[in-house]
Amino acid sequence: MKKAIGNIFVGIIYFLLYLPLLVMVIFSFNEGRSTSVFKGFSGKWYVELFTNSSDIGIPVRNTLFLAVLAAVIATVIGTAAAVYIYYVRSKTWKNTLNTVTNIPMMNPDIVTGVSLMLLFVFVGRLVGALNSLNFFTLLIAHITFNIPYVILNVLPKLNQTDPHLSEAAQDLGSTPTEAFFRVVLPSIMSGVTSGFMMAFTLSLDDFVISYYTTGTDFQTLPLFVFNMVKKPVKPNIYALYSIIFLLVLAVLLFTNISGAKEKRKK
Amino acid sequence: MKKLLSILLAVLMAAVPVSLSSCGSNTAIESPRATYTRDLAGTTVNVFNWGEYISDGSEGSLNVNKAFEALTGIHVNYSFYDSNESMYGKLKSGAVSYDVIIPSDYMIERLIKEDMLQPLDYAKLTNYDLIDPQYKNLFFDPDNTYSVPYNVGLVGLIYNTTMVEGTPDSWAIMWDEKYKDNILTFDNPRDAFGIAQFLIGVDVNSENKADWDAAAEKLKEQNKVLQGRVMDQVFAKMEGGNAAIAPYYAGDYHVMKSNNPDLAFVYPKEGTNIFVDSACVPKNAVNYEAALMYINFLMEPEVALANAEYICYASPNTAVANNPDYEFYGDEILYPTEESRPVCEYFHDIDPEIRSYYEKLWESVILDS
Amino acid sequence: MKQRSLLQRIIGAPYVLWAAIFIVVPLFIVAYYSFTDPNGAPTLANIKNLGEYGPIFRDSILYSLAATVISLVLAYPFAYVMSRKREKTQQIMMVLVMLPMWMSLLILTYSWMNILERNGIINTLLSKIGAGPLTLIGTPGAVIFGMVYNYIPYMILPIYSVMAKIEPSVLEAAEDLGSGGLSKLYRVILPLSMPGVVSGITMVFVPSVSTFYISQKLGDGKILLVGDIIERQIQAQNNYNMGAALSLVLMVIIVLSMALMKLFAGDTDENLYV
Repeated sequence: MKKAIGNIFVGIIYFLLYLPLLVMVIFSFNEGRSTSVFKGFSGKWYVELFTNSSDIGIPVRNTLFLAVLAAVIATVIGTAAAVYIYYVRSKTWKNTLNTVTNIPMMNPDIVTGVSLMLLFVFVGRLVGALNSLNFFTLLIAHITFNIPYVILNVLPKLNQTDPHLSEAAQDLGSTPTEAFFRVVLPSIMSGVTSGFMMAFTLSLDDFVISYYTTGTDFQTLPLFVFNMVKKPVKPNIYALYSIIFLLVLAVLLFTNISGAKEKRKK
Repeated sequence: MKKLLSILLAVLMAAVPVSLSSCGSNTAIESPRATYTRDLAGTTVNVFNWGEYISDGSEGSLNVNKAFEALTGIHVNYSFYDSNESMYGKLKSGAVSYDVIIPSDYMIERLIKEDMLQPLDYAKLTNYDLIDPQYKNLFFDPDNTYSVPYNVGLVGLIYNTTMVEGTPDSWAIMWDEKYKDNILTFDNPRDAFGIAQFLIGVDVNSENKADWDAAAEKLKEQNKVLQGRVMDQVFAKMEGGNAAIAPYYAGDYHVMKSNNPDLAFVYPKEGTNIFVDSACVPKNAVNYEAALMYINFLMEPEVALANAEYICYASPNTAVANNPDYEFYGDEILYPTEESRPVCEYFHDIDPEIRSYYEKLWESVILDS
Repeated sequence: MKQRSLLQRIIGAPYVLWAAIFIVVPLFIVAYYSFTDPNGAPTLANIKNLGEYGPIFRDSILYSLAATVISLVLAYPFAYVMSRKREKTQQIMMVLVMLPMWMSLLILTYSWMNILERNGIINTLLSKIGAGPLTLIGTPGAVIFGMVYNYIPYMILPIYSVMAKIEPSVLEAAEDLGSGGLSKLYRVILPLSMPGVVSGITMVFVPSVSTFYISQKLGDGKILLVGDIIERQIQAQNNYNMGAALSLVLMVIIVLSMALMKLFAGDTDENLYV
């Protein structure tokens, strides 16, 4: 009974989470050019995505590439940082680190974006570069706003692990490094994963910070989508996101089924 | 979990980009009017333009940037901005060097004032004779030194004929209690103030604070009947019949009308805002020659036609307006005749002090609602 | 605790360096702009002018507080149910929680507008049964709803990841305690999941105070939050100075609220404060 109520509750939340995606998929099949008035069913926006010569493929690839790279680097630095913060003994230093960590989250995106741009421009002038902004400044910006989310996901897990675990491993002859990789890391892995997921997610749809920190030769999908302030987004963007959505769903389904089969074999 | 994530990412990385590689045919123009050399092939031109403001090959249109690349061998790095001000912010920082930018009139005025543009070599802009003389020698560039008009827009009143009685002819309808909660206005101060200023008969470029105060009072009055302040949401609101009255750009009305035949458009008698977006070359541009070639290319009859049909704004290019095959040929809304032409006012660059003054007023107007 | 190993000492070096250059230096840039005028001359005018924004600061805090509380109330049982599923299901559920956020916020917001509009999906359904229409869009409720929608995954995930670690036997024991067990549930599970809750609150509350896109679109341009004001100052007026000053004060407010939260939540374990 309790389980049923729980499942219904989870179902409702999922329904709400996915309701706008359902609307998105429906309008990606709109015959008209509108994303608010449905004129009739048509697959033309999909056909168009695959046949026309517009350059949407490049920003898509750029976006994914940037999000993966930024999330991986942020996860490594952030996890290490969380471990460090966890072991720091000075209370002041710990509080300072925690507060600094929160800054990228506290600042409105536009302030983070502009202040980083000003920093990059300043450094660019020092070294005499014509273009202070490029892919690397964009990557740095993304890593910077991703790290806090990784730290915030890993720290609670560290707080949860038994501090004696690492000691026990060391008593059994492991070096501290081995103890970390064999004992501590596995026990915080779920936090690392959710930190990575969040970092990836945030990078994927960032527009404001990206606008101020990217150069001329690296455009991402959000820059393309969000810069239409006077014009509406066309259903072809809906179709694009629907494809991404359905691809992910398919992979999930596939791994779930194959996982279930493996289990049965065993 | 790691396995799941890596499969997910691998599939996304592999599947999406490959399948979306470009393979269209609409990437060349048939007979260029000017001659284009390939002397600069292999170089890059950095273009900075509004989002959705160039024909990009979708729905069978011409892909302007691809066509330029095919013709000249110059690589186009194309990026977007969402407002004159955000473009200005990035340009002013000196962070990046752009070769071509397309700001609006008042912003060009400011950029010239601040010495951020460089003069164009009009001898190389051989298509410049196609530009309608009424868009030359405008206030922001009186001697035609820095800019080449790209698009012209007018603000008008869009209304839903099933919700509005009769034919409105005045901005006053945006204050009409009868349409309470069915009225929209612009979500940016300059345009919203502009409407109030036209209505009460105050100069839209006034440097007198009292004039702005008066307009702000008028806007506060409007709060009672206002459904909301919108930009791009206006499409959804008007197309879906969620609001009865909204001011917006003439060209966009055509897009809305195609999704909701009940909509109609009028230029209010008190006058309205006109804007011209023009191509310019910033001071710190690197590839000046390629920039000129690009700007010249934008004036090609075929290119300008593709852009005019894609963007739906009026073209300052006579080769477009006089082309009988043009989708909006003779369209009275985009190209009003002598008689139907409303009183038009350009927004000028305003003194920074006045600017921050009306921004403050704007905040108080929103907070008052 | 043992002596800190060398690893534990140097492992933080990359982050400390990174934070110093890319977080602290930009922070000084923000501070510099806060106390100068557009010509670079030192001034206190920006800070002095902030007084007028009192109500906007208050609204922003209230909106994000509401969003945080609602997110927590919904996310907590969700994370609990999720943590009780078998591991494979947990993984799938986790990806499914994040997946909507992989779409564009712009499209998601547009879709919500479609759903909530006067002639939108909800009102169309209501009119079929002869009810409505409801004014949903352009209200504070719509903005708070938008914030909850956008940030709830950041509440669910940390709570879940901590709960997944709690021994099933502990939970079952608490569950089996029957009708009077709610308080025990509260006393057993809540303290154990507290670190995740604190992280979740931080990741929902802090970013939603400075949000701007959602309030503009779902509030029909009638609701003005700090994020909107800062965005306007910088984007529309190119007034970095005022934008920086607003942002600085916002930071102070958030740091204070976090300290306040520490006061309430921090007594269980000093490591909790994140």
